[in-house]
Amino acid sequence: MTSITATTSYSVRSQQWREFWFYFSVSKTAVAGLVFLIGVVLMAIFADVISPHLPAEQYREFAEIPPAWMEGGQMRFFLGTDYAGRDMLSRIIHGARLSLIAGCIVVLMSASIGILLGLVAGFRGGWLETVIMRIMDTIMAVPGLLMALVLVAVLGPGLLNAMVAIAITYTPSFVRLTRASTLSELNKDYVTASKVAGAGPIRLMFISILPNCMAPLIVQGTLSFSTAILDTAALGFLGMGAQAPLPEWGTLIAENRDLMLSAPWTVTFPGIAILLAVLAINLMGDGLRDALDPKLKRS
Amino acid sequence: MNQQALIQARDLHKYYTIKSGLFQPNQSLQALSGASFDLYAGQTLAVVGESGCGKSTLARLLTLIEQPTAGQLSLDGIDLATANKKRVAKQLRQTIQMVFQDPFGSLNPRQKVGDILQEPLIINTDLNANQRRDRVLELMQRVGLLDEHIHRYPHMFSGGQRQRIAIARALILKPKIVVLDEPVSALDVSIQAQVLNLLIELQQELGLAYVFISHDLSVVRHIADQVLVMYLGKPVEQGLSEAVFNNPQHPYTQALLSATPQANTDRKRKRIRLTGELPSPLNPPSGCSFHPRCQNATAQCKTSTPVMEQHGDVSVACLLVK
Amino acid sequence: MALLEITNLTVEFATAHGSLRAVDQVSLSLDVGDIVAIVGESGSGKSVAMLALMGLLPWTATITADQMSFDGKDLLTMNAKQRRAIIGKDISMIFQEPMTSLNPCFNVEYQISEVLAQHFGGSRRSHKNRVIKLLEKVGIPAPETRLKAYPHQLSGGMSQRVMIAMMIACEPKLLIADEPTTALDVTIQAQILELLVELQQANGMALVLITHDMAVVAETADRVVVQYAGQQVEQRAVIELFNNPRHPYTEALLSALPEYAKEKTLNAIPGVVPGQLDRPAGCLFNPRCEHAQDLCRQKPPQRSEGILCHYPLPLKGATTDHVEASL
Repeated sequence: MTSITATTSYSVRSQQWREFWFYFSVSKTAVAGLVFLIGVVLMAIFADVISPHLPAEQYREFAEIPPAWMEGGQMRFFLGTDYAGRDMLSRIIHGARLSLIAGCIVVLMSASIGILLGLVAGFRGGWLETVIMRIMDTIMAVPGLLMALVLVAVLGPGLLNAMVAIAITYTPSFVRLTRASTLSELNKDYVTASKVAGAGPIRLMFISILPNCMAPLIVQGTLSFSTAILDTAALGFLGMGAQAPLPEWGTLIAENRDLMLSAPWTVTFPGIAILLAVLAINLMGDGLRDALDPKLKRS
Repeated sequence: MNQQALIQARDLHKYYTIKSGLFQPNQSLQALSGASFDLYAGQTLAVVGESGCGKSTLARLLTLIEQPTAGQLSLDGIDLATANKKRVAKQLRQTIQMVFQDPFGSLNPRQKVGDILQEPLIINTDLNANQRRDRVLELMQRVGLLDEHIHRYPHMFSGGQRQRIAIARALILKPKIVVLDEPVSALDVSIQAQVLNLLIELQQELGLAYVFISHDLSVVRHIADQVLVMYLGKPVEQGLSEAVFNNPQHPYTQALLSATPQANTDRKRKRIRLTGELPSPLNPPSGCSFHPRCQNATAQCKTSTPVMEQHGDVSVACLLVK
Repeated sequence: MALLEITNLTVEFATAHGSLRAVDQVSLSLDVGDIVAIVGESGSGKSVAMLALMGLLPWTATITADQMSFDGKDLLTMNAKQRRAIIGKDISMIFQEPMTSLNPCFNVEYQISEVLAQHFGGSRRSHKNRVIKLLEKVGIPAPETRLKAYPHQLSGGMSQRVMIAMMIACEPKLLIADEPTTALDVTIQAQILELLVELQQANGMALVLITHDMAVVAETADRVVVQYAGQQVEQRAVIELFNNPRHPYTEALLSALPEYAKEKTLNAIPGVVPGQLDRPAGCLFNPRCEHAQDLCRQKPPQRSEGILCHYPLPLKGATTDHVEASL
């Protein structure tokens, strides 16, 4: 066994990361998505430093200025201004912050509730499982956005309520995924071994089983993140999400809706921002799936 | 033997109910019917049989994962039927532990070796982190692992090393009995010998009692003191290893021995051919379960069920053994 | 002219940690009526060599060989279409897991008759009688009643019989059985091995039996190839090899068997099979070999008399019988 000792000096953690990166970087589009997403995140964090103007500052005399490269455009308003003379670029940069936060909170809420319910359903079984799963089926039976609209109508419009509503519509997919993985892990020998060692249900659920269900959940979380951004924007556009002065991307489109023909840049650029962010996250999600799914691994 | 038996099993039964549909009556599956044995410290009882013979069910009963439907089981002098379950559970867990067949499935892939080995200590003892670590390192050395392995994940080990980890986990609470469920059948021959040697050494050192579940008769012959041969949930032959292997009485034991390939090139050995498949335990044959595959079966075998009776050195459940 | 002729077959896989040599300079020559066993531990490349022959390896594999011909046809230069005409018809393979080798969506008759229709033409229905005959041949009782059975309704042994029926449907000249009985119970294993040998004799096939079980080799094969870490370390007739193993690995493998143990402690081989990253210099077995000398640690050995070793164990006289003595 002397041959084994020689190769132990490397760090376990870094080796795992290297392996993960090997499989992730096979897909060039996934890496591109990741790079773009990092750019968006940096933009959101340093929005105050990067953006040339305050997002809410109105330059009344410069209303509806076209982007810099168009006739009549100015370099100080690179992507033009809206009806009230606010700089589009600054508003989009600050909007990234809102969209990312909204996405994060939605995924965190739906994933934590979903994973908890899914674990309990899979682990306990019996009537509790039936009750949880039938409630989830009911939520899934209504189209997501419609469901969110109804919930916001009940809770009242606003960014926070919109996030809660969207999180509720996303919960069932996490519940189902967690329950399915829990069921398949439950019969494995290592769980029985923990039982023989005397582990209680809480320990079995969270320490033995949950870490082994994470791979599909991470992928699901990434993909939900992009749809959450999309749905937040959609609710914002419909006037049920973030309210007017907030530079949320969907709200930006909504407030400039009337200018769509006379000043198309006011709706085009927020639209492109949504498109690119969602696309980048989805590309990255696909790469993650390839890297984390053990079935696709190891040729 | 004056000492007390560590395991006293009397007529253990385990039935499962299978739901077969809305309008059909539930079926009852007899996974284990009527196993009895005594096991003393330092001894090995091998449970032998093919799939569906109830050997894994027996392991689950012994390790308290499941309760027997009927029969009496006492471990280390504590009768499970009368004892206060909650109170003795902790004590019994430190008495009986288990090693599983598949070293790839029995270790949590997301836990480091150190955490896997510590888990039983965290649950069952009041040791502090340093004491736990000392105990873990002590056992890792004993089973032939290196100290730095403590921070590694199971997937970085070969099958034999993983089985060493599993053995260390089973021994960390200092049990008196270890249930070994096919501990070497997933390993290569050269590694199998290493692990068997380790098990034998540990038994001699710590005076462990083993319940060794296996289908590999050459391994069983090597390691066992007593043998219990099972067929479709029922014991068919039981006795000291020597007696069972040298002079098998039950036709199933004879067939099993003759079907086991041997690494010698003498091909003139007389073979007992078993025809037919194993019957389903859901629908076992009437009378003696073995009669449809038995060469010697008579009309009586189809109707009356044999019971275990002492014949010389062994107990046999066969109507024809006189 | 041998039926199958493989010379210096090497298979390499591209992996995350660089290239992995799974099969290293393997040669095999096989005639009609031969039963050859390839025996080795996991990672010895025993299956990979045969999968390479069948063309069943993933794209990450690079296959090189000096010669690889079957029945006079060169498999190396053949295109995929020509290869498919041979694979499945003249060369067949059965696998370890009978339960997953059959397609769970189709019944027994469909799966076997599809093979027949593929290779002999005609509709699937026209082959019904042949399917019944085949099932009879592999020892399935009342085959007419089993035609419509789906794989999940069959036991492990039955599934393996169906699998064998499927594989001998086209009367192959070469049958490769990859651990055909490892997943089965002992009494069923004996039945299946007996069936394979029976069919081999009746059809005059060549049979390659891949296994890790020395006892199965001893009872079934005529000739045996012992593989270690991708290399053939010893290739000899079964009786000679068991009576007088000449490569230290073969000897160690045999004496590690509980059957040969003279005392409670078994003669285990220390250490593990070298992996991709820790291949030793010189002879690959040298770190685990009790006879290893300086030369073994420096220079890879040359093959002589089918043995890949610098210091092969001496030939014993015809009378000293290692196996008989130890039993």
